[in-house]
Amino acid sequence: MAELKNPWRRFLARPNSDRTKTVGIALIVAVICGFCISTTSVLLRPLIAVNVEADRQGRMSAMLAGLPGIGAILAQAGADAVEAVIIDLDQGRIAEGFDPAGFDQAAVAAEPSTSTALARAEDLAGIGRRENFAQAYVVRSEGERALVVLPVYGNGYQSTIRAYLALEADLATVAAFTVYEQGETPGLGARIAEPAWQAQWAGKSLSRDGEIVIEVVRGSAGNETEVDGISGASVTGYAVTDMIHFWLGPKGFGPWLDAMRNEDP
Amino acid sequence: MLESLRIVTDPLVDKNPVTVHILGICSALAVTTSVATALTLSLALIVVLTLAAGIISLIRHHVPSAIRLIVQITIIASLVVVADQLLQAFAYEMSQRLSVFVSLIATNCIVLGRTEAFALQNRPVPSMLDALGNGAGYALVLLVVASIRELFGSGTLLALPVLPLVADGGWYEPMRLMLLAPSAFIILGLLVWAIRSLRPGQQETPEFSPLAQPRQVQP
Repeated sequence: MAELKNPWRRFLARPNSDRTKTVGIALIVAVICGFCISTTSVLLRPLIAVNVEADRQGRMSAMLAGLPGIGAILAQAGADAVEAVIIDLDQGRIAEGFDPAGFDQAAVAAEPSTSTALARAEDLAGIGRRENFAQAYVVRSEGERALVVLPVYGNGYQSTIRAYLALEADLATVAAFTVYEQGETPGLGARIAEPAWQAQWAGKSLSRDGEIVIEVVRGSAGNETEVDGISGASVTGYAVTDMIHFWLGPKGFGPWLDAMRNEDP
Repeated sequence: MLESLRIVTDPLVDKNPVTVHILGICSALAVTTSVATALTLSLALIVVLTLAAGIISLIRHHVPSAIRLIVQITIIASLVVVADQLLQAFAYEMSQRLSVFVSLIATNCIVLGRTEAFALQNRPVPSMLDALGNGAGYALVLLVVASIRELFGSGTLLALPVLPLVADGGWYEPMRLMLLAPSAFIILGLLVWAIRSLRPGQQETPEFSPLAQPRQVQP
């Protein structure tokens, strides 16, 4: 085969049992397949992100519409009743200069200048870095605050759990808790996404004597600050507890919630 | 021409991958609770199988036999990832309902079976026709099972009400069993029995007589 000048043809002309050709073909197939997958992934990522976002919004609307009293407010005032606000977590107040519609919290969290590294003792949610600005939602009825919805997230047993925690107007009672993204063990930890488990959050108290004590306990809940744990999913339960403690605490929405409580007469 | 037609039509009944070779059962059980999911997964499988057969057939002279399975599964898996991404981008709700089963097309025995048994030995056009036929055969079985399950399990077909449910003031009490996996086994078994009764040629010769040696486990 020495007469073949073109190295590509020389390569193809090698016998199929040849070691060079075996490695070469494997490499070429891998590179071409990798290129195709990466290209599709990059091209379709914006479209998929839009779908995921729509799904998330749908779940929040469904959660709000299912709450006693809130569904009626929404039906009356339409989507305008839900006000999206961007919170400056350190200052504990609504941040100016952001457009809630175009706010990309993931980008804020990824950017070193707009996020804060957490010490291990502070990092209950296991997220490493926390964004300085986070989105929240306030539902108003005739000008009065009726509901505050806090998007929370944290590290679970084997995935990032993302959820909405809705608080009543007194900022001390849970109105609803909805997990919209998780990848916990199917049949065990993944049951936190089941409506039946989430339903028992409604009406629970967050704190006692100013301290946040709400907890997912092992076994059955004994009082109004405890939520039934799921058998076989203790770690997921701890993670949900820690994540809520973090986001309601001084590094999370705590300062903002305190500021709102102080504003109230 | 007639030859090509036979390549496509043979796998529909006579050499159906599901009822004759009993391949691809896992997904046939999982996605047949409604016609819409069965249809989507069938289409995804047909597209992946046809493209994989065409690509593998094109490079068949240059695939070293030592790594041929790896090369085939790499190509199939890549196509599956692309198909999954397309579904997530353009039919998000459907992709959530199919969950992992789109990704599991990569492990569907029908796909690797056809590329290994047919595409590696044949020219691209017959390979793609064979893939199309086998994909259609799989789709046919899925649609039959899914139609029965959706009709008797939910009283609907393609989400359109057919049998009026008791809950909506009608007379039909849906069979919960039809929405559970065992019903797919039962329907599939009855289907195989019906086809083999009508076409005795498909019956396998008994591998052992009663009271003989235990059956060898197939690798």
